[in-house]
Amino acid sequence: MSSRDQISRDEVAHLAKLSRLAVTDAELDLFAGQLDVILGAVARVGEVAADDIPPTSHAVPLQNVFRPDELRPGLSQEQALSGAPASEDGRFRVPQILGEEQ
Amino acid sequence: MTDLIRLSAAELAEKIHSREVSAVEVAQAHLDRIEAVDGSADGPGVHAFLHVASEAALESASLVDASLAVGTAPASPLAGVPLALKDVFTTIDMPTTAGSKILEGWRPPYDATLTARLRAAGVTILGKTNMDEFAMGSSTEYSAYGATHNPWDLTRVPGGSGGGSAAALAAFEAPLSIGTDTGGSIRQPAAFTGTVGVKPTYGGVSRYGLIACASSLDQGGPCARTVLDAALLHEVIGGHDPLDSTSIDAPVPAVVAAAREGANGDLSGLRVGVVREMGGEGYQPGVRASFDGALRQLEKLGAEIVEVSCPHFEYGLAAYYLILPSEVSSNLARFDAMRYGLRVDEGASAEAVMAATREAGFGPEVKRRIILGTYALSSGYYDAYYGQAQKVRTLISRDFAAAFAQADVLVSPTTPTTAFPIGDKVDDPLAMYLNDLATIPTNLAGTAGMSVPSGLADGLPVGLQIMAPALGEAVMYRVAAAYESTREPLVAPEVKA
Repeated sequence: MSSRDQISRDEVAHLAKLSRLAVTDAELDLFAGQLDVILGAVARVGEVAADDIPPTSHAVPLQNVFRPDELRPGLSQEQALSGAPASEDGRFRVPQILGEEQ
Repeated sequence: MTDLIRLSAAELAEKIHSREVSAVEVAQAHLDRIEAVDGSADGPGVHAFLHVASEAALESASLVDASLAVGTAPASPLAGVPLALKDVFTTIDMPTTAGSKILEGWRPPYDATLTARLRAAGVTILGKTNMDEFAMGSSTEYSAYGATHNPWDLTRVPGGSGGGSAAALAAFEAPLSIGTDTGGSIRQPAAFTGTVGVKPTYGGVSRYGLIACASSLDQGGPCARTVLDAALLHEVIGGHDPLDSTSIDAPVPAVVAAAREGANGDLSGLRVGVVREMGGEGYQPGVRASFDGALRQLEKLGAEIVEVSCPHFEYGLAAYYLILPSEVSSNLARFDAMRYGLRVDEGASAEAVMAATREAGFGPEVKRRIILGTYALSSGYYDAYYGQAQKVRTLISRDFAAAFAQADVLVSPTTPTTAFPIGDKVDDPLAMYLNDLATIPTNLAGTAGMSVPSGLADGLPVGLQIMAPALGEAVMYRVAAAYESTREPLVAPEVKA
């Protein structure tokens, strides 16, 4: 773990694209350096011998939680759309989702 | 007349319920105080509040008064007492921003369970408090709406992410407030402002309507100036909620009774564990001195001090900053510019609009954590980072279990330092992260923890952290109240706004 590769500016650009963040060039320069420092610090988890240790995703042991399948009041259409940036005919209005080549 | 803003919530409740003063007078006194000292993001002042709901607060208080006037019993022990709510809980009648531009002006269509419980209890909600954006930060400087200032020294941070909720207490703008604690966001601001902050057991307070940061770590909890006030609020907001599938289906620990018992100041027979790995190197000398003084007090109260070892705690910060960003990168995908919140109409496709909106709507710390989490979850890195961090999380839980076999509660300094100057760490994320060194293990294990004031170091408050097993809040409050009974309350100097 100690010989970890530095995170490159290109890698940060790729991750930002996956995260749907249109970051600027200045941000890429800044984040690449900062993330490298942070990754250097968090890579310490690799020093712990934990091969036979089960992972914890959740501190409190939980079984599936079910509820009775019965009708309950929910948001009205008007309430659900109340914060929408754009709506039309009782629906969320969104920009084009599929590209022309699709 | 007594200065109403200086009273505790318990004292105010007694006066309101006996109709010595009205809930409206109490609400008005606090609204006047906010007007006098809170200022704005640009001007001087504390800037604890993002939204002050004067009209709604007075209306709610007048309903409590009307109900008491006809002889109805108060809806709860805190009916008519004012409270400041962290702006991360949804409120149907107030904007909810989570400190982010992406939710500027958003009016949620529903109340969080916690909000609903406060309303049902007759608590007067004064408004919404400032916070680091989406609760990511330790200074409140990452709020998109300007920093909150520490009432003890307006040039310093109040801690974070719940800096607004803690500063409001220290500045006597509210006797009660609500915070959320993902890695220390209730306890660290409490330490920095000389107030009391409690992170309940994970699942002890409903997360329904709490805007998620990291779902397996987030926990709402009570903040106050006294241990008893925190306990009273804990019992109002705690308890099972069918709307939150991670909510614990068990009775709320009897923390009010425990706080009253602790106030007698007898801890004989109780074992207090000092964690060998916490409080040494990296802790400010004044913080260590204050902690040593607290240990001597606990011993005087009859507690037995034992040393315990939690060897994996030193990896807690590293594990946390892999687990948290991973959950953040997933949780914040919901801000997609389609259903609510900001939309920046740049580009022809939904994808381009999403990317432009998230770029404009999120601040730098949120972006860093989203990118870091996306990296930690990438194939090829998953096992070495996220997977390994989850195993470390198991080992930290085991450390706690072993320590709680030897001690009833564990103690440490809440933070390595006292409040630092505004601007000091804002450009150095790793230095900022180190603030939460002592508070993070509790979040990873899902156990309970709190901070109580332990005195001053160089004129600034220091916090004593008390940690308890899951659902072990009663013993934690008992120790806190006993310790509190040995010292004078910390009172911040008068704020000059």
